[in-house]
Amino acid sequence: MLDFHLLQALHTAAGPRTLDVRLTLAPGELLAISGPSGAGKTTLLRLLAGLDRPDGGFIQAAGQTWYSQEHRQFLPPQQRSLGFVFQDYALFPNMTVRENLVFAAAGQAGASQIIRDLLDSLELTELAERRPAVLSGGQQQRVALARALARRPRLLLLDEPLSALDLPARQRLQQVLAEVHRQYDLTTILISHDPAEIARLADRVLELELGQARRVGPPVALATSARVVGRVLAVLPGGRLRVQLPGGAEVEVSGLARTGEEIALTVEVAQTL
Amino acid sequence: MLPPDYWQTLCLTLALAACTTALLLGLGLPLAYALAYGRSRFKPLAEAVVSLPLVLPPTVIGFYLLVAFSDSSALGRFLINKLGVSLNFTFPGILLGSLVYSLPFMVQPLQAGFGQVPRSLREAAYTLGKSRGTTLWRVLLPNMRPALLNGLVLTFAHTLGEFGVVLMIGGSLPGTTRVASIAIYDEVQSLHYAQANAYALTLLGVAFVILVALYWFTKRDAARLS
Repeated sequence: MLDFHLLQALHTAAGPRTLDVRLTLAPGELLAISGPSGAGKTTLLRLLAGLDRPDGGFIQAAGQTWYSQEHRQFLPPQQRSLGFVFQDYALFPNMTVRENLVFAAAGQAGASQIIRDLLDSLELTELAERRPAVLSGGQQQRVALARALARRPRLLLLDEPLSALDLPARQRLQQVLAEVHRQYDLTTILISHDPAEIARLADRVLELELGQARRVGPPVALATSARVVGRVLAVLPGGRLRVQLPGGAEVEVSGLARTGEEIALTVEVAQTL
Repeated sequence: MLPPDYWQTLCLTLALAACTTALLLGLGLPLAYALAYGRSRFKPLAEAVVSLPLVLPPTVIGFYLLVAFSDSSALGRFLINKLGVSLNFTFPGILLGSLVYSLPFMVQPLQAGFGQVPRSLREAAYTLGKSRGTTLWRVLLPNMRPALLNGLVLTFAHTLGEFGVVLMIGGSLPGTTRVASIAIYDEVQSLHYAQANAYALTLLGVAFVILVALYWFTKRDAARLS
């Protein structure tokens, strides 16, 4: 679906670096990009969208050349079939929710049906006549997602779409995103800092550092918590306890107990798939 | 007591201000767009040229235009001999002078307005397949209405009060180039203080009403978008 190799000068806190990423995405794949700020995540997304011009490389999307340094080709964003969700949502303040979608879908065959479907599947029908400024962050994010899908793109790019939301809103939106990705048959690239979010949504994760791919592979699984019973081996000074877990591992925790007593502990287990 | 050609002078003044504002909107929009979003290394030069009328004495602008339009300059000879257009002491002449003089009052608010619209709005429109023209018309202009209004009102009000440039290029021909501010000067020279006051009071009233309307609209617009 998407095959690219992109080169771009980066100005990082550690001095000038080069963004150099080569990757192929299968149709229907959901790729997460993570990494510290300044690693080039947003730059990469903007290059894919055509909002910035790369220094070198190529982008092939569904058999079409979007960019090729060799052939001096550069398709402007208008001609790339993609949806882009901006970090600040970028909803048009002068238009209602419906008008935002109408504007986006203008010129499409069956535009009114597309808009009805999107309002419906993203639960926006009741908010359709409101302006973006009166909506909550989560609602604005749903509108931004709906608007990005109004042109029926095959590729969806999301720049930290959920980072500004509180946890309940974020979890609801993750659900929506997963459904939309499946329902609209999308190939999706999502920038995220949240390992839980990545584990929940992504098929693969690209970890960027100073413009280089540090790791491309399956996401680290969600940390799972479990309750276990441990035996107190010793009471240490400062209210610390040395506890032996089932299996023999020893840990130190804070708490009040007597030597030899059995206590319940909650442990978090992280593992790489 | 109104001066004898009060209405004629007032109509001429308003016509000059209205024509200047309308033409400068057409000229100023592309210029402000280019200055706001362009990346040319000549941008500071263009910005300086646009802002020059702010700091130059109006008589300097008027003087150079007077010379440029006269048959002592190549441009003037071309206009007069080849095109048969004589601009000095005519309405088109003072209109051209006004355009130069009021240029920064249109371009600067518009440029600031373009700069204040978040970049992501423009880029969002592009990723939705919209051309630059559609983006300008449907996204940028509606979201910089206060700046647009500011440019229109400042240009109009500034042209109403124009004196030096018009006097240099146009002189004071009643019905052709004698605008209200020049009429005030003439009346005072002739010690007709009452007539001068009629013009002065009118200009004061118009300027005040325009500014009140500007602030009222700006406030209403801000409330509408939030």
